[in-house]
Amino acid sequence: MQPDRHAPPSSLSRARTRAFRLNGRAHAALVADHVLLLDYLREGLGLTGTKRGCDGGECGACTVLIDGRPRLACLTRAGECAGHQVETIEGLADGGRMSPLQRAFHERLGTQCGYCTPGMIMAAEGLLRRNPDPDEAAIRAALAGNICRCTGYVKIIEAVQSAAGSAR
Amino acid sequence: MSETPLTQASAHLRHGANIGQSLTRHEGALKVTGQARYAADHHPAGMLHAVLAVSSIARGRVIALDVAAAKAHPGVVDVMTPAHKPPLAQDPDEKTHPFMFRLDVLQNDRVRYPNQPIAVVIAETLEAATEGAVLLAPRYETEPARTDFPAGAHFTPALVGVADPAEAHHGDVEAGLAGAARRLEAIYETPAQYHNPMEPHGIVAAWEGDTLFIDTPSQGLAMAQARIAGLFGIPPAAVHIRSPYIGGGFGSKGVFSGPQVLGIMAARLVGRPVKLVLRRGQMFGPVGHRAPTRQSFRLGADNAGALTAIGHHTVTASSQHDDFFEPAGGVSHTLYASPAIATTYEAVRLDTGTPLFMRAPGKAAGSIALESAIDEMAHACAMDPLAFRLKNYAEVEPMSGKPFSSKALRACYAQGAERFGWAKRPLAPRQMRDAAGMLVGWGMGTATFPALMFQAQARAVLRADGTGVVETGAQDMGQGAWTALGQIAADSLALDPDRVEFRAGSSDLPDAGIAGGSAHTATAGMAIHGAGADVIARLAELAMGDERSPLHGAGNAGVIARAGRLFRRDDESRSESYVAILARAGIPAIEGHGKSATDPAAQAAYAMHAHGAVFAEVTVDPDLGQLRVTRLVGAFAAGRIINPRMVQSQYYGGMVWGLSFALHEQAVIDPRSGRPMNANLGEYHVPVNADLPSIEAILVEEHDAHVNALGIKGVGEIGITGTAGAIANAVWHATGMRARRFPITLDKLIGPQDN
Ligand code: FES
Ligand code: FES
Repeated sequence: MQPDRHAPPSSLSRARTRAFRLNGRAHAALVADHVLLLDYLREGLGLTGTKRGCDGGECGACTVLIDGRPRLACLTRAGECAGHQVETIEGLADGGRMSPLQRAFHERLGTQCGYCTPGMIMAAEGLLRRNPDPDEAAIRAALAGNICRCTGYVKIIEAVQSAAGSAR
Repeated sequence: MSETPLTQASAHLRHGANIGQSLTRHEGALKVTGQARYAADHHPAGMLHAVLAVSSIARGRVIALDVAAAKAHPGVVDVMTPAHKPPLAQDPDEKTHPFMFRLDVLQNDRVRYPNQPIAVVIAETLEAATEGAVLLAPRYETEPARTDFPAGAHFTPALVGVADPAEAHHGDVEAGLAGAARRLEAIYETPAQYHNPMEPHGIVAAWEGDTLFIDTPSQGLAMAQARIAGLFGIPPAAVHIRSPYIGGGFGSKGVFSGPQVLGIMAARLVGRPVKLVLRRGQMFGPVGHRAPTRQSFRLGADNAGALTAIGHHTVTASSQHDDFFEPAGGVSHTLYASPAIATTYEAVRLDTGTPLFMRAPGKAAGSIALESAIDEMAHACAMDPLAFRLKNYAEVEPMSGKPFSSKALRACYAQGAERFGWAKRPLAPRQMRDAAGMLVGWGMGTATFPALMFQAQARAVLRADGTGVVETGAQDMGQGAWTALGQIAADSLALDPDRVEFRAGSSDLPDAGIAGGSAHTATAGMAIHGAGADVIARLAELAMGDERSPLHGAGNAGVIARAGRLFRRDDESRSESYVAILARAGIPAIEGHGKSATDPAAQAAYAMHAHGAVFAEVTVDPDLGQLRVTRLVGAFAAGRIINPRMVQSQYYGGMVWGLSFALHEQAVIDPRSGRPMNANLGEYHVPVNADLPSIEAILVEEHDAHVNALGIKGVGEIGITGTAGAIANAVWHATGMRARRFPITLDKLIGPQDN
């Protein structure tokens, strides 16, 4: 059998205590070196809003923000986050109140099956923080790495435009 | 039990009904906040992780697995192999109905296709299970892969699709061709495609004694429940499947797959809950695909451009071990008037996983070929493609001679063409350029999809406080079942949506049939409609028979329900609330039941299809062949629309699948190994945001008194049909080059012309 290009290194790798900020709160835990941020969030912490859609780096479903920039959690080791700020879809809402992007995706039907939605929203959130008033081309470019198999993207673009507009 | 007849005059929609309104997605807030829990998001206490090892060969035997190495790995709990597995009560290769497919669940060491499961490693962590699977280092006895499509040994399948005949004739095609003033012969090829919903198939399975609880995405809960019960020898009622959110299905989650069964077996083996999720690459094998086709057309037309014959011969492929034959010929039965039509099939067997229905099965592949051929014939007749289609407009279904239950296709053509600006299209190709010097082309296609109905049941309860509960095991894979069926549920009880709790997505609820065939809203909707009507009828009986009620003696005039009250039909000043009726009768709740099914009488009398027209604009770099779709306009007529915005989303999504069919999607098979070479989302191309044109979908009004009492046709699949062909035709119009092998990639526009 060919070696699996996605195979992680041996789980005999060391575990260390890592401290980072997760959704605005200080977080410290013992994390093995090779554990992916995606699997750590989902299986370790039960933060299952972040999804896996591919075998690594091809779909954007796992997009989170690290220090405010969109990053793929399936290509990031949890340990690398030490000292950084990690934000997931669960951290966007303010208490029970949806963020402007979440509300726009809901109201404009930017979500269908919803599986791509958390990653799509986090990628868009990263864009709006860098560029609060993007044109359509900038939105399409920022979301080009996020695959949606359901919506045809039209209402996703509309949702991002409307969230940007409401913040203006 | 009220059984709602399906051919009655159009069902009354209750006054003030929410049907036809664009309510936002019922579960939208959960989805945008990450709270919607999909199957793989579950993590019961004590759960273990299972990871599949899959075959890297297409055909042969597994002769060695290093189980000892995997087991010695820290965290690995057990390794399930053909030599070490829980017994099944039924041979997974046994078939008792056409929706039953043979499953590869470690019954022996045979490898029948690439990516077939050959072992399952179960471990305390996902990482340990993944590493354990690598350590198995399988060795094989490899036989040569049979991958030669369409050149392999041909045979004629007994049936195609679910149960269509493999040969159908109307009139005399040979005579029609012989007498034709113009003839066209052309061969079109479509590749194997994989559904690739964004959510991979996964399962969390937990046994409690002989009772099974599973979280897994399913487009057909009752069928899955029966399949599992049969395999494990337990009553269906002991199988509890939860599937409230499905991350896309497109047909691949319509039948219960081998890997899902393996998750249940693994949980049985270790006596603990188990989670098993497919990697993306593992989805190119055991969970179905759209088979490749090679379609040969022979068309004849007279001097005035009227078709005299349509011959449509399809060669397709199934696996070596099971049968599903892509029914690509169906579109030729219904779309264009011709005195002679023949559809025939041949098939070959390949070392692949078994193909399955994939969004618009048969219709998608058939449509891109037929629409291309029609376009070629229009050109041969020197006619505008729209004028040619109108010239050959089918007033009755050509193959059967049956009238259409409704067909607003002329309006679709007119509204779509108007919106697109079709009238300005030059007849000859290669006439238009944009400001950047790119070639511009305009093309069109006709969309069609049958209006199907399956069987379903529903239960409705009206409670003493005037609120309702409506239950059916419907499946929402993003199409909007929660919302649209919830709207029908509220309407059936004549209550505001916020007064009615709608329950779906569980096998513990009444069977809602399958979410497929674009038939779910109609099927489950009719059952719900019947259940609500049953409740209202019982309530009315209660009131009219009670002297103390203002409705007493309403008799033949009857009552109508509106916003939680019953009114006398002949005197609306006399009314009574549900709450008052139930309170006086001292009844805590009224329960009603409904069911739906196809109506054979209506089926025999009418041809039932949704229709549409799609117009496409493309630009092509004249030197590099680089190709972009810049504009798509679709106009669709699909009977009554329950939720216009959600339906528009379905059309958009379908049209983008059409674009993907025309330009992007294909599984590339290595002829030496038989393996798909692009089993990932990086190389199996689907459109992303940056590929997207401006898209418009027009909802054309249509009333249908025959499809079902609600007048609903389906919208989930039709968008692909028409669109794919429109884009192919636009590419020809831009370049003058006719691509007949799909997808149309740029090499086909700059290479030799026989593409
Ligand atoms: S799961 Fe990370 S990019 Fe697909
Ligand atoms: S909504 Fe289903 S993948 Fe985007």
